[in-house]
Amino acid sequence: MKKYIPRLAPVLLILILLLIWQAGVELFHVPLYVLPSPLQVIRALAEELPTLISHGGVTVAEALVGMAISLVLAVFLGIVMDCFPLVRQGLYPVLVVTQTVPMIVMAPILIIYMGFGAAPKILTVVLMCFFPVAVSFSDGLAQVDEEYVNLVRSYGAGRIQAYRLVKIPASVPPLLSGLKVAATYSISGAVVGEWIGATQGLGYYLLRVKNSYMLDRVFACVAVIILLSLGMNGLIRLYQYQAFPYMRRKANAQRF
Amino acid sequence: MKLRVEGLTFAYEQKKILDNLDFSVEEGAFVSILGPSGSGKSTILKLLTGVLKPEKGEILVDGQKIGGLSSQFAYMPQNDLLFPWKTILDNVCLYGEIHGSLKEMRREAREHLAEFGLAGYEDCYPSQLSGGMRQRAAFLRTALCRADILLLDEPFGALDVITRGEMQDWLLNMRKKLNRTVVLVTHDMDEAIYLSDRILILNQSPARIVDEIAIEERQRNREWLYGQGAMRREIYGRIMDYVDIK
Repeated sequence: MKKYIPRLAPVLLILILLLIWQAGVELFHVPLYVLPSPLQVIRALAEELPTLISHGGVTVAEALVGMAISLVLAVFLGIVMDCFPLVRQGLYPVLVVTQTVPMIVMAPILIIYMGFGAAPKILTVVLMCFFPVAVSFSDGLAQVDEEYVNLVRSYGAGRIQAYRLVKIPASVPPLLSGLKVAATYSISGAVVGEWIGATQGLGYYLLRVKNSYMLDRVFACVAVIILLSLGMNGLIRLYQYQAFPYMRRKANAQRF
Repeated sequence: MKLRVEGLTFAYEQKKILDNLDFSVEEGAFVSILGPSGSGKSTILKLLTGVLKPEKGEILVDGQKIGGLSSQFAYMPQNDLLFPWKTILDNVCLYGEIHGSLKEMRREAREHLAEFGLAGYEDCYPSQLSGGMRQRAAFLRTALCRADILLLDEPFGALDVITRGEMQDWLLNMRKKLNRTVVLVTHDMDEAIYLSDRILILNQSPARIVDEIAIEERQRNREWLYGQGAMRREIYGRIMDYVDIK
């Protein structure tokens, strides 16, 4: 039982906060357009579930495509930066600067350039997700112990083989850490893109119900966004568990 | 294969590490290079494998000049350097993977797992093995290389005293089975005496071979080693003749 306590602690805390919230709304008769109670949110969630699923599907699709593009770009640029230190020195600070531009400013500009389709939303996801993946992978490549590379080189491996055998696999753990962060951002990225201009997706739904002062539905939509973000993060964790058994805690435990 | 090193000189950031190094190793011999820490012992092996390039000097194997990375040598580093993401079997077959003969090497590796004390552990990851087992896996990986000369860089340096002793006993036993030319770099005098046919004594940086001692004994065991006080004193004396204590 003792080992479950740390896992149950955040669940218990959230339950207590929800109870306080419910009691507060009922006690002070807070109107729906100011703050809905958790029960009203759950009811809205149940009523709107088909609509939320339909809009959620669009958002998830945009997030997944954006994540895939971010991953491919990050791996490609990470390897290029590692091969050519001059490229790294030039590009790395630029990547950091791009992250200082607020996405809420970038999204409308992207819509002006790319229209109201899925492209600007996907690009918003890419702009939000690319950085953590690229930085973690690039730092992972830079931190690979040179002795491993020397070993395979002494066994006759060429430069490409050194990447395939040592550098890329050694950078998988930091890459997955970056992907976990990016996965959590990806849904929010798509929602920001949809919020600015769209005809479908959770961001579009959120804007519509907010403008109608249906705050119970706003909160229901936020709950879905949270669940989807956690789901995306969980997806990466599941992939890590399945594809890289050596990273499992059990495998890392010393047998002797 | 016979190894000959002539006038090997190497400098790193203007500091001379090796100065005009000359030595040779006969075919099938087990030769140790003994010297204090930081004297450039590991540099010699990195120059032999071609990972580092010498300032001047030549490396000859059976009279043929070697330049750059060479398949004549199999290098075993100080740390086991097993890949944490690969199983033990895939780790020991690294050479086969690089040269496109993974299947064949897996078959060969399975035949040798037992004598390297790794039978039943082929599907384990390195983190699941003890330090001694990891070192034996690294040794098997080196032995499976299609190279005639094994270069061992303080292979047991990272192990505790008891495991190190066990590994030395094991290597002494494996020497005949390996049937290869071996160059061992170590700062452990007992290890050099116990395992080698010949000990080359290296002085401090910039390093040169200043002396060498041949060990004829064929029947070696721990008892024999413990009785080698005179040899230990002699080697120590020769090292100290060249150590510049500041």
